[in-house]
Amino acid sequence: MIPGISIYELLTVTSILFFIGVYGFITRKNLISILISVELILNASVINFVVINKYMYPDMLQGVLFSIFIIAVAAAETALAVSIIINLYRQINSVEVKDIETMKY
Amino acid sequence: MERVIFYILAVIMIVFAIASVTSRKMLRSVIYLLFVLCGIAGVYFLIDYNFLAAIQLTVYAGGIIVLIIFSVLLVHQIEMKLEMAKTSKQILTGLACVIGLGVFLTTIYSHDFPVVENSLTTTTSAIGTKLLSYEAGGFILPFELVSVLLLAAMVGAIIIAKGGKLTDRNDQTI
Repeated sequence: MIPGISIYELLTVTSILFFIGVYGFITRKNLISILISVELILNASVINFVVINKYMYPDMLQGVLFSIFIIAVAAAETALAVSIIINLYRQINSVEVKDIETMKY
Repeated sequence: MERVIFYILAVIMIVFAIASVTSRKMLRSVIYLLFVLCGIAGVYFLIDYNFLAAIQLTVYAGGIIVLIIFSVLLVHQIEMKLEMAKTSKQILTGLACVIGLGVFLTTIYSHDFPVVENSLTTTTSAIGTKLLSYEAGGFILPFELVSVLLLAAMVGAIIIAKGGKLTDRNDQTI
């Protein structure tokens, strides 16, 4: 644990990061920007896993292992999302959310 | 000393996260995200999880950021300004986020966490042993599942990005 820093300050920082990600997810109109916001949300949750593991159960490893799995799933998700975005740009020449109507209904 | 470093990292992370979701230039917002991810790796170094910090730097700062930058360069003109949401929608969303943050923080600060004072260092070999043990509490099954997931994601990404059939049909309709 960090000397002099309580768990409350760390959780405050991760909550702020999470809600900045939510704000970007709702207000942005571009698929790549939405992907960036999703990365922020995922990272905030990963820090929460690690911090709670370190501060409350320091002799366990579950939080670290779960954060490794979250990072792996996030990497797979980003690769798929980028390939979908590039394919979409090839077909409709745009990555704005309002132009994408093929799978709307 | 650690206190000061943590506060500097927290300010860097929050400022660059806000810049990343409000910047109107695409490439700049990706680079701001890179700074946020490096700050998170710094937090991992501070709480003594060196292996996790190394993973964060290689997978996120090295892999995902490069992937997003490539997609930006393939998809956008660099000079293009992003379209922003309406001001009323921005204010409404910001207000909702602040209210949600308030709910989170009141819940966190009213809960009493049973914190254990410690200065243990987790070694990488302990993480590896736990990850590959098949006794009770071992993580061998999720580990194998994640490897299958990564393979499937790789094959799927290649097939989707090639996009053979869909573009053929598009050419015919045009």
